[in-house]
Amino acid sequence: MTTTATFQQPDVQGYYGNFGGAYIPEMLYRNVEDLRTKYLDIMHETSFQKEFRDLLKDYVGRPTPLFLAQRLSNLHHTNIYLKREDLCHTGAHKINNAIGQVLLAQRLGKKRIIAETGAGQHGVATATVCALKGIECIVYMGVKDIERQAPNVARMKMLGAKVVPATSGSQTLKDATNEAIRDWINNPIDTHYIIGSVVGPHPYPDMVARFQSVISEEIRWQLKEHTGSELPTHVMACVGGGSNAAGAFYHFLDELSVQLLAVEAAGHGVNSGMSAATTQLGKSGVLHGSKSLVMQTDDGQVVEPHSISAGLDYPGIGPLHAHLFESGRGTFLSATDDDALTAAFELSKLEGIIPALETAHALSALHQIKWTEKDVVVLCLSGRGDKDLATYMKAM
Amino acid sequence: MSRLQTLFAQKNKGILNVYCTAGYPQLDSTIPVMHALQQSGADLIELGMPYSDPLADGPVIQASSLQAIDNGMTLVVLFQQLQHFRDTITVPVILMGYMNTALQYGFERFCADAAAAGIDGLILPDLPPYEFETEFGAIIKKYGLDFIFLVTPETAPERIQQLDALSTGFIYAVSSSSITGSDKDFSPVEAYLQRLQEMQLRNPILVGFGIKDKYTFDMACNYANGAIIGSAYIKAIAQTDTIEATTKAFIDGIRS
Ligand SMILES: Cc1ncc(COP(=O)(O)O)c(C=O)c1O
Repeated sequence: MTTTATFQQPDVQGYYGNFGGAYIPEMLYRNVEDLRTKYLDIMHETSFQKEFRDLLKDYVGRPTPLFLAQRLSNLHHTNIYLKREDLCHTGAHKINNAIGQVLLAQRLGKKRIIAETGAGQHGVATATVCALKGIECIVYMGVKDIERQAPNVARMKMLGAKVVPATSGSQTLKDATNEAIRDWINNPIDTHYIIGSVVGPHPYPDMVARFQSVISEEIRWQLKEHTGSELPTHVMACVGGGSNAAGAFYHFLDELSVQLLAVEAAGHGVNSGMSAATTQLGKSGVLHGSKSLVMQTDDGQVVEPHSISAGLDYPGIGPLHAHLFESGRGTFLSATDDDALTAAFELSKLEGIIPALETAHALSALHQIKWTEKDVVVLCLSGRGDKDLATYMKAM
Repeated sequence: MSRLQTLFAQKNKGILNVYCTAGYPQLDSTIPVMHALQQSGADLIELGMPYSDPLADGPVIQASSLQAIDNGMTLVVLFQQLQHFRDTITVPVILMGYMNTALQYGFERFCADAAAAGIDGLILPDLPPYEFETEFGAIIKKYGLDFIFLVTPETAPERIQQLDALSTGFIYAVSSSSITGSDKDFSPVEAYLQRLQEMQLRNPILVGFGIKDKYTFDMACNYANGAIIGSAYIKAIAQTDTIEATTKAFIDGIRS
């Protein structure tokens, strides 16, 4: 483990401290190595940057607003800004990464895109960009998630993607990821795999973090317009694999005055056996190609997590976040299913914004901190709640 | 000489390596299955350590792994089962599995216990050369275990040389870039196997993935020292109460 890593950037082997790397079978080596040697060059090409930036602006609708949530701020006696990723086309931050990776895949000469999805947000974002570019798109989704996220399944199909049920194992996001990786092993030449979060073998965590870093790039100048300073005191985000958090933290990672608060899903409670709070429950291990914190048995079998929000229902966490946790650079909180529901209703009534259930976990954790009037808190509103209406209706 | 070296010194053609999952079909099947394989003429046994998320394996082996985990198989149980297996089993036995279970067990403890039980080598497909060279390879060597790397049709010649230099025992040639047990047409693989043969590697070559019957076994053996059968054997013993007879019939079908 070489010493060139900063919080923002892993070392050349893809390690953030003790976490990361590329623990992949040889069958994936050529594709991952091809990506590793080319991703930075491609991302820095002028033509790539222009196309990426133009699409973010004209297609996604960036920059997304940074909104001073006055009534929410009053409730907490502090200053809370919401970074409105929910206003991105398709309703969540996931599309920032999908656009970046589709453009990259085109430049790598790939003709076929595969993706995994849990809640369906990453699947919808990928299907959307593939439709825009006229590229074949196959999305792997656990059978259980297909049942609980029916509207997003319909959206993907309407966008022309093929949704393949993942029937192995526990039939959720972790297994959809396994199936997508197997597809990639079987189609090593023409296919690019778009991972939906800052997980997977190096260079995925770094690449996805860079595509999502537009979130904090905008926060800096927007906050300056609002307050005169680019730096908040706190940045908060929910963490499934950790991509919206990575994007919101990115340009503050090496600004040590800024506190980074990551909120995981506690499900029925951290110690209930029905939880997805990986930093609380996980141990160092290898899952989906990188070393990170993983929820597992003493024997090293990956356990099935639980969260009311399918997007946080993952037994791992990106290696960047494992490092933020281990090093103490980040503070990890958690919110239960019920906490998240309450917070979703609270924000809807206070600000007229219906958040995604994932985001609601971060909103709930606002109650766990003793704020001062001087604090400037930026919370990443990672997605909107349309996809969760069925769950919200049951809670009414 | 290690058991693997001795095997390849005595026999360098038509080597049959059969994969079985520890704790499958029943928790206590591990040793009887290995007996049956040796009895029926397998030259080498690849014993799978079940893992919940076996990326490099296909649906048949994953299902057998989940069944084994349900049956109660763990590494602790496996090493208990293996305590006296060398009293009766003389063929080389290699453990195949994934990094996560070995890391949780404690990598050094894992190697020590494997070596003490009489295991000859390891296949850990998600342990790449960089991590092997910087951290884990030294531990594996310390306990005298062989380590087998995989190569695929997409592996560049220089990298094949590198993996050959790091491997001891043999090289595992993945027959096509596919997960185990897939049904791809075998013939395009022949050019790749021929290319490998011409590279004159220092290790013997065994071909795996997609080898399922006499035809595919013989074809692999035309180009390599032998081949590895996994999913097809797991399927064969899935429903049987007579492991010995089923195994014998299966292997006779390959060897005939
Ligand atoms: C709105 C929203 N927020 C957050 C997440 C969690 O993903 P990540 O932790 O990668 O941001 C998802 C995933 O589906 C999501 O849809």
